[in-house]
Amino acid sequence: MTTLLGAWIAAALTLFIFSFLYKDNPFYKFAEHLFVGVSAGYAVVAGVRRVIIPNMVEPVLQGDYIYIVSGIMGFMMLTRIFPKISWISRWAIAFTVGVGSGYSIITYLQSNALDQVQATLLPFNSFNNILMIVGVLTALIYFFFSKEHKGVFGGAAKVGIWFLMVAFGASFGYTVMARISLLIGRCTDLVSFSSRDYAYATPILLLCIVAGFVIAEVRGRKPASEQV
Amino acid sequence: MNLCDRLKNIDRRIIFVLIALSVLIPILIPIELKIHVSPPAQALYDEIDRLPPGSNVLMAFDYGPSTMPEVYPMSLAILRHAFAKDLQVIAMALWPEGASIAQDALNIVAEEFDKEYGTDYINLGFKTGGLIVIQAMGTRIQAIFPTDQAGRPVETFPIMEKVKNFDDIAIIVDLSAGDPGIRSWVMIAQARYHKKVGAGCTAVSAPAFYPYLQSGQLVGLLGGLVGAAEYETLVKHPDSATEAMPSQVLSHAVIIIFILIGNITFFIERRRSKK
Repeated sequence: MTTLLGAWIAAALTLFIFSFLYKDNPFYKFAEHLFVGVSAGYAVVAGVRRVIIPNMVEPVLQGDYIYIVSGIMGFMMLTRIFPKISWISRWAIAFTVGVGSGYSIITYLQSNALDQVQATLLPFNSFNNILMIVGVLTALIYFFFSKEHKGVFGGAAKVGIWFLMVAFGASFGYTVMARISLLIGRCTDLVSFSSRDYAYATPILLLCIVAGFVIAEVRGRKPASEQV
Repeated sequence: MNLCDRLKNIDRRIIFVLIALSVLIPILIPIELKIHVSPPAQALYDEIDRLPPGSNVLMAFDYGPSTMPEVYPMSLAILRHAFAKDLQVIAMALWPEGASIAQDALNIVAEEFDKEYGTDYINLGFKTGGLIVIQAMGTRIQAIFPTDQAGRPVETFPIMEKVKNFDDIAIIVDLSAGDPGIRSWVMIAQARYHKKVGAGCTAVSAPAFYPYLQSGQLVGLLGGLVGAAEYETLVKHPDSATEAMPSQVLSHAVIIIFILIGNITFFIERRRSKK
């Protein structure tokens, strides 16, 4: 029973969201607001049950009182929403940013800068290697704004732009692929929910939405005096 | 209004319908498509395939329900590979929903291979903290995960008897949809502890991780649903990702056609305005 109910809710909300592709409508608005509300509520509950309780409440109850400090700092951050005492949050934010930066700067430098530079030191013995080196150097030249992009330097920057455009194009292509993949996932579920096992959820709900649009269209065409 | 103007002003709802049809038709009428395996997927497969039976694989399920269509199929495929090779899987998550998704995947695949919880695999659950969690695991896993997903002490499970930290892990496979995710594992597990890290991610984030692949910081990478389909081909177990490929191909073809139409009309328009 719960599976059936879950399928109907999933199909309904999916179709409500897709109805926006025709035009903005109450079905879409309902699903959108429901999504925002449920997401916020779930995030709060998940945060309390999976983060605050196991990482602060339980250690404190077991006698590890140092974790009270983290709780106090968490409350200090919440003062951000009260303008008169929002200055208190700066201390907690400063501590968090300071610890985070101090912790990750060295590792970030190692893995995202030094290792990458090392990987670019390639021999000029293959087309791929030459392409890699030329691409990295010209793209970096493009972002060097302390020298005017003229002459040979400007030419190199123009080549860098082409490499950047190719990279953006590849990134866009992957993004399109990702969105289509998510659409395929939703469509696969809608197709499976249209079977007898799920009481023909998809076609029934689709008919209801179309009927809603038709009724709204017909009512919209009637003069106001003829409407109930 | 000539053809060029009609194409330029085409109602976007027609495009929506064509995209929908290009996705739905292959779902309704199954088509078999040969999947070509890319080098990054092959590299990850080879790395896991090289491991001797009994090796420990740490799998991080760092994604949520919104990206399940892309990343969940690769989770199943990698688990099938691991269990087929009699590798021991230690699952955990840096995302809250990841722990439940991990349990679902483990339940499905463990049943296929008749694997036993606590002996062949374990789900340590979710821990918040990202980089800090990974750093702590490098020192002592039981310190940061004293209990499993269900709240039972990890020392009671045979699989964790010989696993103390990253030294006892043969490879780390991170399945990620954002942050914390692949970058965190590369920064700490690979850069600091020199562990082999393989990854699976959404197609949106895949281009950002190709530099890690090129530099050797990642041993392999599965990008999006295509990556999942490639891995399913390698483990010879076609599943939802493989079934989705005809829809992917057809919808991409429709998009390419519309991009070409848009570009052709743009250049025709430009030539007209110059005249």
